[in-house]
Amino acid sequence: MPDSPTAAGLHTEEHNPALLHHFAEPQQQRDAASLGMWVFLATEVMFFGGLFCAYLIYRLKYFGDFGAASKTLNVTLGATNTAVLICSSLTVVLAVWAAQTARRTLLIGSLAITMILGLVFLGIKGVEYNDKFVEHHVPGASFSFNNVPIPGHPGQYADPHHAQLFFSLYFVMTGLHALHMIIGLGIFLWLLIMAWKGRFTPEWHTPVEIGGLYWHFVDIIWIYLFPLLYLIDRHP
Amino acid sequence: MSDHSKSSPLPTYFAVFIALLIGTGLTVYAASLDLGPFNAPVALTIATIKATLVALFFMHVKGASEKLTKLVVVSALFFLLLLLGLTMADYATRAWS
Repeated sequence: MPDSPTAAGLHTEEHNPALLHHFAEPQQQRDAASLGMWVFLATEVMFFGGLFCAYLIYRLKYFGDFGAASKTLNVTLGATNTAVLICSSLTVVLAVWAAQTARRTLLIGSLAITMILGLVFLGIKGVEYNDKFVEHHVPGASFSFNNVPIPGHPGQYADPHHAQLFFSLYFVMTGLHALHMIIGLGIFLWLLIMAWKGRFTPEWHTPVEIGGLYWHFVDIIWIYLFPLLYLIDRHP
Repeated sequence: MSDHSKSSPLPTYFAVFIALLIGTGLTVYAASLDLGPFNAPVALTIATIKATLVALFFMHVKGASEKLTKLVVVSALFFLLLLLGLTMADYATRAWS
């Protein structure tokens, strides 16, 4: 991330101290930073895309079994987590706007609330993971999924092997997402410290914008994870 | 990421925020209905609308001054759809052979 350069070397014309010398003007510098982050997010789309692809293949292949497994997830907690992340995306855009308009208190407050919401999300996820552990739905030696009826097909029971496949995908996908949340929390802690030290100005607040892009992306991933994992077959 | 308009972006942010929450409630409600084969498409459509709102307005893709940014976003989407589309075209049509 570009830092404000010290006045080393000759400045033949006046320019914003935040403008680095290999850029012609501030807008170009901002665009370059944003473009860099978007290219990284494109790789992240591929990263999660592979997992989504695997999930789609097996969901179509073992639809009934996946429906039975999905029904054991807690929709209330999942929907709450979705709302939590949506709120955090709002506080992120508020933080960027606060940086753009030199509102220090709002900037620091928004960054802090974003982090708190992120921690709430991880806490709820922890509760859900614990539920899965208690119910023996964690793939491995102690996995058991016997006599669970397939939704909409009375008399038919889910194949435990296929159900275990669902939970493997569930833990890897939500686990990878949670890892991205933890990294996001680290990034936002750094942003919070920088904001507290007064390093962000309306002329230069690039890390807030770039960190915001990352956070929104993690939110988008969850926007897709929630219906795909939790809402396969919920109608009576 | 310049905002060329002089008016505040805050009303837009809050409108998108409310729309996202409504979309979430709608998804949960729709899942409780029996829509036959349309349950998944409805859920994914709502999710895509939500994701598009986040990308356009929260991530400032709409009104982005650098056109290359929009190209990168579209490219990522294109390659993802290529991955999902061609893979599912294989698996989903295996019963036909």
